[in-house]
Amino acid sequence: MNLVIVDYKAGNVQSVQFALERLGVQATLSADAETIKAADKVIFPGVGQAASAMAQLKARNLDKLLPTLEQPFFGVCLGMQLLCQHSEEGDTELLNIIPLSVKHFETELKVPHMGWNQLENLQSPLFEGLQEQEYAYYVHSYYVPLSEFTIAQTSYPEPFSAALNYKNFYAAQFHPEKSGAAGSQILKNFLAL
Amino acid sequence: MLTKRIIPCLDIKDGRCVKGVQFENIRDAGDPVELAKWYSQQGADELVFLDITATNEGRKTFAELVRNIARHIDIPFTVGGGIGEVADVEVLLQNGADKVSINSSAIKNPQLVEELAKHFGSQCVTVAIDTKYTEATGWKVYTRAGTIETEHSTIDWARKVVELGAGEILLTSMNNDGTKAGFALDITADVAQAVTVPVIASGGAGTMQHFADAFQVANADAALAASLFHFRELEIPNLKQYLKTQGVDVRI
Repeated sequence: MNLVIVDYKAGNVQSVQFALERLGVQATLSADAETIKAADKVIFPGVGQAASAMAQLKARNLDKLLPTLEQPFFGVCLGMQLLCQHSEEGDTELLNIIPLSVKHFETELKVPHMGWNQLENLQSPLFEGLQEQEYAYYVHSYYVPLSEFTIAQTSYPEPFSAALNYKNFYAAQFHPEKSGAAGSQILKNFLAL
Repeated sequence: MLTKRIIPCLDIKDGRCVKGVQFENIRDAGDPVELAKWYSQQGADELVFLDITATNEGRKTFAELVRNIARHIDIPFTVGGGIGEVADVEVLLQNGADKVSINSSAIKNPQLVEELAKHFGSQCVTVAIDTKYTEATGWKVYTRAGTIETEHSTIDWARKVVELGAGEILLTSMNNDGTKAGFALDITADVAQAVTVPVIASGGAGTMQHFADAFQVANADAALAASLFHFRELEIPNLKQYLKTQGVDVRI
C-alpha cells in the first residue's frame, strides 16, 4: 500500500510514522502534490496553531490540493480541525472540506483538555473491534461540536466530536498514535478502509 | 470522563536511566526504552524523561533516545532538561516528543515560554516549577535544580507562565520531595485554583492515599513520582484500582 503522511512542518509526523511502523507499514512523508495525489491513503497530522498551520499549507499549495483528494484520508487532531470551514482560533478560514466550525472550550474545567478521555457512540468502521467507553489521548483547546458528520463523541463536560466522517475524509480529534492499543486498532482500521 | 493521570518520571544521564531501577522482567534496567515500554504496559498514562546530562555530547544522545522512545511506545511523553532556546525544542519535538518541560530557562528568560507557545502551541509547553516554603518567605520559586531562590512567589509565577502560554504546570515541592510523606496539598491546591491549565503534583508521594489526596483534596490533574515506582514500592495497576475505589476517575 502506498501510504503518504502529509508533511507540512506543522505536524507530529514522526509520531504518526512510528505508530504506522509498529503496525508494519512504511509511510512516505511528503508535501509534494503528485506524491500525495498518487497515494492509496493519506494521513494528515497536525499540532500547534490553526492560522500558522494554514499558512504552511498555503505556502505549499496544499490548501488547493487536499479538498480535491478522493482516496481515504485521515486528519488527526489539528489535522481534523483544518478540514472544517472556520476556527475561532485566530479567526481562521480553514480548508472548508467539511462544513463545520471549530470552537474554543468555554468551561470551568481545565483548558487544554489534556489526557485520556472516553470515546462514545461509535458509528464507523474506523472503530471496528473497539468497545464503547474506550480511552483515547487528547490534548487540545478547540473542538468541533456534534454534527451530522460526527462518528464518535467525547464529553468535556459537554459532548463534542471525537471523530468525523464526510465522504472519503475521516478525522479524529484525539491522537490515535498516542492512544495505546485502542489507537493502534483505529489506525489499522483506517488502513483497511 | 477525563481521567486523572499517573506519570512515572525517569532521570536520564548519557542516554541511560539513573537511580538504579530494578525490574524482574527487564533485561536491561538502565535502558529507558525498556522501562518506558514496561510502564506503558503497566497503565502509566504518560511518561516524563528528564535529561540530567551536562555535556553537549550527552544532549545529542538524549535526542537520539527521544527518537527511540517515540519509535517504541504508544503513550505520550514529556522531555525536559537543558532546554534553552526554540531550536532545542524543535529537535526534541521533531524526534517525537509530545511535550517539553522547561524550568530554569523560563526563569532566566520568561519570553521563551511565549516563543515556544507561538512556535509549537501551548499544548506542548509544560513549565516545571520547583517551589519551597519557609516561614519567612512563604512558597517561593527556586531555580537551578532547586539551589537558588528567586524573587517569584509560586502563585504569581504560575499565573505568569500561563499568561505567557504554558499549557501545563509541573509543580514540585522541594519540602516534600523524597520524604514519602505526601504531596504538598496546600500549594498544589492553590496553584490548581489559580491557573486554567492542568497541574501535575510532584514530590512526596509515599502511599496510594497520597495520590488520592493530590486529586481529591488538591484538585491536581495528574500526579508524578519516580523512585516510588522504580523501586516497585507502589505498582501502577494496584494504585489505579485503589483510586477507582476512592471515586477518582482513572483509565484502567
